[in-house]
Amino acid sequence: MKRYHIFLLMALLILVVLPLFLDNYILGIFVMIFFWAYVGQSWNVLTGYTGHISLGHALYIGVGAYTSTYLAQAFGLSPWFGMIAGGVVAAGIAIFLGFLGFRFGLRGVYFVILTIAFAEITRLIVSHVEALGSFSGIFLDFEPSFWNFQFSGNLPYYYISLGMMLFSLAAVAIIERSKLGRYIVAIREDEEAAQALGVNTFKYNMLAIAISAFMTSIAGVFYANYIFYLHPNSMFGMSMSIELILRPIVGGLGTLFGPLIGSFLLTPLSEISRAYFAKGGLEGLHLVLYGILAILVVLFMPKGIIVYVRRFLDPLLRDKT
Amino acid sequence: MSILIAKDITKRFGGLLAVNRLSFELAEGEILGLIGPNGAGKTTVFNCLSGFLTPEEGSMRLGGNAIKGLQPYQICQMGMARTFQIVKPFPTISVFDNVMVGALAHGTSLQAAKAVSLDIIESVGLWKMRDQEAQGLPLPLRKRLEMARALATRPNVLLLDEVMAGLNPTEVDEMIDLIKQVNQDGVSVLLIEHVMRGVMALSQRVIVINYGERIAEGVPDEIVKNPLVIEAYLGKEFLRAQG
Amino acid sequence: MDATLTIQLIIQGILLGGIYGLIAMGLSLIFGVMGVINFAHGQMMVMAMYVSYWIFVLLGLDPYLSLIIVVAVIFVMGYVIQATVVNRIIDYPEAMQVLPLVSIGLILENLALLLWGPDHRSPQTILSLESIWIGPIMIDVSRLIAFVLAIFFTILIFLFLKKTNIGKCIRAASDNRMGAILVGIDVNRIYNASFGLGAATTAAAGVLLLPLMPISPHMGHDFTLTAFIVVILGGMGNLLGALVGGLILGVAELVSTLFLPATLKQVVSFSILIIIMLFRPQGILGGKK
Repeated sequence: MKRYHIFLLMALLILVVLPLFLDNYILGIFVMIFFWAYVGQSWNVLTGYTGHISLGHALYIGVGAYTSTYLAQAFGLSPWFGMIAGGVVAAGIAIFLGFLGFRFGLRGVYFVILTIAFAEITRLIVSHVEALGSFSGIFLDFEPSFWNFQFSGNLPYYYISLGMMLFSLAAVAIIERSKLGRYIVAIREDEEAAQALGVNTFKYNMLAIAISAFMTSIAGVFYANYIFYLHPNSMFGMSMSIELILRPIVGGLGTLFGPLIGSFLLTPLSEISRAYFAKGGLEGLHLVLYGILAILVVLFMPKGIIVYVRRFLDPLLRDKT
Repeated sequence: MSILIAKDITKRFGGLLAVNRLSFELAEGEILGLIGPNGAGKTTVFNCLSGFLTPEEGSMRLGGNAIKGLQPYQICQMGMARTFQIVKPFPTISVFDNVMVGALAHGTSLQAAKAVSLDIIESVGLWKMRDQEAQGLPLPLRKRLEMARALATRPNVLLLDEVMAGLNPTEVDEMIDLIKQVNQDGVSVLLIEHVMRGVMALSQRVIVINYGERIAEGVPDEIVKNPLVIEAYLGKEFLRAQG
Repeated sequence: MDATLTIQLIIQGILLGGIYGLIAMGLSLIFGVMGVINFAHGQMMVMAMYVSYWIFVLLGLDPYLSLIIVVAVIFVMGYVIQATVVNRIIDYPEAMQVLPLVSIGLILENLALLLWGPDHRSPQTILSLESIWIGPIMIDVSRLIAFVLAIFFTILIFLFLKKTNIGKCIRAASDNRMGAILVGIDVNRIYNASFGLGAATTAAAGVLLLPLMPISPHMGHDFTLTAFIVVILGGMGNLLGALVGGLILGVAELVSTLFLPATLKQVVSFSILIIIMLFRPQGILGGKK
């Protein structure tokens, strides 16, 4: 498998060096590619690997964003630390959700609806909290500094989001090979059979959702300090929840590189079509195309694009023996 | 020494009395057959023993420890494993990955679990397809995978639920040899089976249940001649016709 | 606590609930027959509202009069969606069914945005502002008519399913797909018709709602979620349950405004949803699966 590792290393080097050749706008697209890949990967842990579909993952993005922003504005706490606080809150809410869902045996669609309900309830409550900006939202002051997690230009954001994306790859790769990873996949495949083999399914379900929530909330912190505006509808809303699941599903649910591949395909498409169509007054067209693409992928490539990518790369990456 | 003791197990589903004050003991190192006509309640007994159902009354002891009310994973961790009548492989992962889930029980390290898995995979004859997706396997191999997974948890007691159903005679023989080997390695076996050849070849003792109650118990040779047993399977008319 | 106000709210809740019930019936029907959760349900309703609105603006036809046309259009839309997309995913595991249906919702929502812009639209029909008084209670005529028609359509659909041949085929296919195939029912066409019927039902509800609220492209989500809540309340696949659930939810939502700001009433709905899912997942009247 050495060729495979060399390939990965080369890809990494290219990504590290790439900014030297790109203008700020294109850098921004890459920031989003890595960002959505990271978010998708975090969601992948719960849905792809453990098999519990969440359509309310925006909840954790919002929690991360609002927690860190509130702590920064009220106490001057750096988002680098606010991230931890946000993660803990997110994990806590996830554990509560998980407790309700897993203890009471909510599976399939019921679990999906539970996740939606939690996100919507949070959205509505935050919309009524003055300290969190209520209906108008929160504008972040632009005071670039490392402490503030704010930067001029896209270059620093590029490396941070690249780092986050790499971190998520490493985390999931480690999980995949570990006992945790094997157990949550077993739960996905057949929860009863897993029980019969000694797997404490409740415990591992809770671990999966907590890890997923924690990871996702960090993305929220990044997002808040990248777009400088928080609104409950955009942070906790269904649009966000739907947006973040598209890339891992198109790329390959439950696979390590699925979210990344999906993001490399969909994010440029989205950014370019959004810019192109919005200018022509065709706002929303890019989402129609998104929807059509997603349907096509599920119908004709249900395991995701990664299957074709693997088929293409395999002969090149296999060591000659 | 009895490794598994069931006393007066009673299980109701609403108005239906599925298991009625059933008692039996599995001696250490024994292969005990559990037979009876369809719908007699055999799988329900397994589900009670393995924690998937909780009996309304009665007690169950595994190695001296009470197991009623425990979760299935806890009972597995205490040394009793089971297979399912309709096999439940982990479909999209490989045979090896399937068995690994079992092997990781009891806090076994990844290294050790890998060794145990490969060992068991070889001993059940699945070596060549160890990297194949489980859902691609034909039924007889799926049954072996089901056994392998349960064995990977290194149980003291193994509950086998109709592992020979759907197998042709050659495959039945292979399964018989496999179970004999497992028993010789020290595992006590409680065997639900319809394939009589398997029951006769393996069981040291047999319990017969019908309508959730024990109607006979003894060595295989006696059981097949027991009029109550014949009546349960073939009906009163047959018995009368026999004379 | 003001008794008159409370009664007023309860009555308004019932009137609204009748329409909720009609929306939810479509969802329940689709689930009952095909086991598919229509995540695009609210968006289909909104599409119907837009079609109705534009017929009103362009042709001057009152929504109640153009109802048949709108319902027919949406029926065809539902039929086509089932035939092209949903039929292919019927046997997929739930996980893989969610995305295509969510995507259909996404497409419908943004088509509406594309075609008709993001602004709110409010058709002013003849009845929009009329009210009648029963003692101290004020009732909007349009709400009352909407409720009566909703109940009427609900009964119509019950009769359709019970008495007509197609209705019986639908019920057969829903009870036992293999059995239905074996007796010669073209199950695929029945499925198409069922999805169309489910969509048409929610379309009718949308038209009834048109005089009562401004429409905008993104309101579909909320109605999809409302339909979910009602269906789970009443029992998945249980059509009477949809009506009962709708009435209960309608009343709960409006009575809650006594204690909470109106913008938080969905918190009440979602809380009811969670409680039902935890403690009585089969719904009040019991449902399928």
